[in-house]
Amino acid sequence: MKGTGELSLNLKSKIKNLNSPAAGVRLRRALLLLSVLLLASTLLALWVGYQRLDLAALWVDEGAQQIFFRLRLPRVLMAGVVGASLGLVGAALQAMFRNPLAEPLTLGVSGGGALGASVAIAFGAGAKVAGLPFVFVAAFAGACLSVVVVYRLARTGATVLPGALLLAGVVVNTVAAAGVVVIQYFADYSRALQILRWTIGSLDVVGFDLIWRMLVFLVPGWVVLLLLARDLHLLAVDEETAQSLGVNVKRSERLVYVSASLIVGVTVAVGGTIGFVGLIVPHAVRLLFGEDVRVVMPCSFVLGAAFLMLADAVARTVLGAGELPVGAITALAGGPVFLWLLRRQQRYTAM
Amino acid sequence: MMDDEPILIEGRNLRFAYAEGQPEVVRGATVRVERGRLSAVVGANGSGKSTLIRLLAGLLKPSAGEVLLGGVPLARVAAKERARRVAYVPQGVSTVFPFTALEVVLTGRSPYTTRFRFETARDLDAARAALAAVDAAHLEARPVTELSGGERQLVALARALAQEPECLLLDEPSAALDLKHRAGLIRHLRRLRDTQGMTALVVTHDLTLLDPDFDRVYAVRLGEVAAEGPPAEVLRDEVLAEVYGDEHVRARRAFGRTFVWSEV
Repeated sequence: MKGTGELSLNLKSKIKNLNSPAAGVRLRRALLLLSVLLLASTLLALWVGYQRLDLAALWVDEGAQQIFFRLRLPRVLMAGVVGASLGLVGAALQAMFRNPLAEPLTLGVSGGGALGASVAIAFGAGAKVAGLPFVFVAAFAGACLSVVVVYRLARTGATVLPGALLLAGVVVNTVAAAGVVVIQYFADYSRALQILRWTIGSLDVVGFDLIWRMLVFLVPGWVVLLLLARDLHLLAVDEETAQSLGVNVKRSERLVYVSASLIVGVTVAVGGTIGFVGLIVPHAVRLLFGEDVRVVMPCSFVLGAAFLMLADAVARTVLGAGELPVGAITALAGGPVFLWLLRRQQRYTAM
Repeated sequence: MMDDEPILIEGRNLRFAYAEGQPEVVRGATVRVERGRLSAVVGANGSGKSTLIRLLAGLLKPSAGEVLLGGVPLARVAAKERARRVAYVPQGVSTVFPFTALEVVLTGRSPYTTRFRFETARDLDAARAALAAVDAAHLEARPVTELSGGERQLVALARALAQEPECLLLDEPSAALDLKHRAGLIRHLRRLRDTQGMTALVVTHDLTLLDPDFDRVYAVRLGEVAAEGPPAEVLRDEVLAEVYGDEHVRARRAFGRTFVWSEV
């Protein structure tokens, strides 16, 4: 295995080169590298599954075409869209709260979104409010509400207490989960089953319709967050300094809340709670490409897509015939990372 | 011309309370900071010094009165324009993320770029020059989370200098510093004034460092400027006893400077 040793050494020096002081150069190189990774992940995720992709059959066999274009390809795309969303939101929340342990799950945003979504399902998910799927709107509202609650609880005067922020997130998640159970209990049988299936979380999708509908909500959220990358970079360094440098702190924070809630609400409404993607991905990006938030955010977007595609590929294949919820895979990978970060971040032991 | 205005920053009858119904922290304070001068704001804990300097920096909006920058109301100056002219230095760099010192200093260049652009080579040069100006060039690649309080303070000052401002507003910059670094900080400020004509206003408890290096001292008591003048005039027993509400305060001249302490 001498060859791989050389390869990894070579890669290491390449990564060192990525540590150029000019953030713009670093971002370009990082995105190039991550795009290659994303492409490889996409191909791998398309290839593996209950039945491996048979290229020859794909040309001639209509059944194989059906499986590929109606099931496999939409599902891989869905994983990419959800993963990119969660990676981006995680990076943004960490910068805004100046808290490396912040992400949609730990801040209770996912829990709030889940509660909103189950209310919507219990009252009839198909309903539309002003042309929008009710379940998206409800999940968005739930996510928004939990962000506001968590933030209010953790903020004392000018500072956000890092420990209190995470505790408030845990409590909001617990309360929301209880709410989901209560709603399930009172909902009629078929809808309760629907909620149960949905809470387990899956990226199962047939055709592209749902993905297009999600993108209508997600793309504006993505754009707003990426436009705020520079403000978030300044906020991550120091809030007061950011303000003195001309950042409209209140406006930026509000835009981040709304965009993050929108993105998390929609992904939760479709795929259930998929935890820790927003934690693992930005941290991996930081280790590789440095701390600059303007680099971390777009890179987390791309790496998040690749990561969830691969996690979903594992979820689809690891049991052979059956399928694990992808949320279980990301939690198994992310839980230890969270604990490792908690241990490293000694200041979180004290509030 | 506006830029020749001898008063760079002026606070007129400033009033401020942190929340409605709460007591005012600043109650009719008036401060006129002259261009090219090194000035200090002193006063007891809770006297409103830090709030006053935040008002002057535009970080807080006064509930009454106004702040003028070069004769123009600060409320009419765009945030970006303000950031190019006035730099605010908090008590250090507070981030929990291991940004390098250079990355932190580079944020001082943001008033000169747009949100779509990264810093140019010119910005990089300015940031490195700012680090060198406070003798901190060697810290460039170090994560700020691993720096000492004194080193972090230098990085914060360098970040402010990278803004290439006309005026520095510093909030208790020496609070976390030992004797050597406190003196070093004043030396940097003095040098910036003497070589670049930099204007600086410093909130500080280090009364012994004021005379003779500072040009002017504003003594704040209960949210008002109770006394102001050259250090030798303000640093007197009867003035300080009034400002600090403490008759044990003593100010004595020796070795060409004024020593201030409170009898135990």
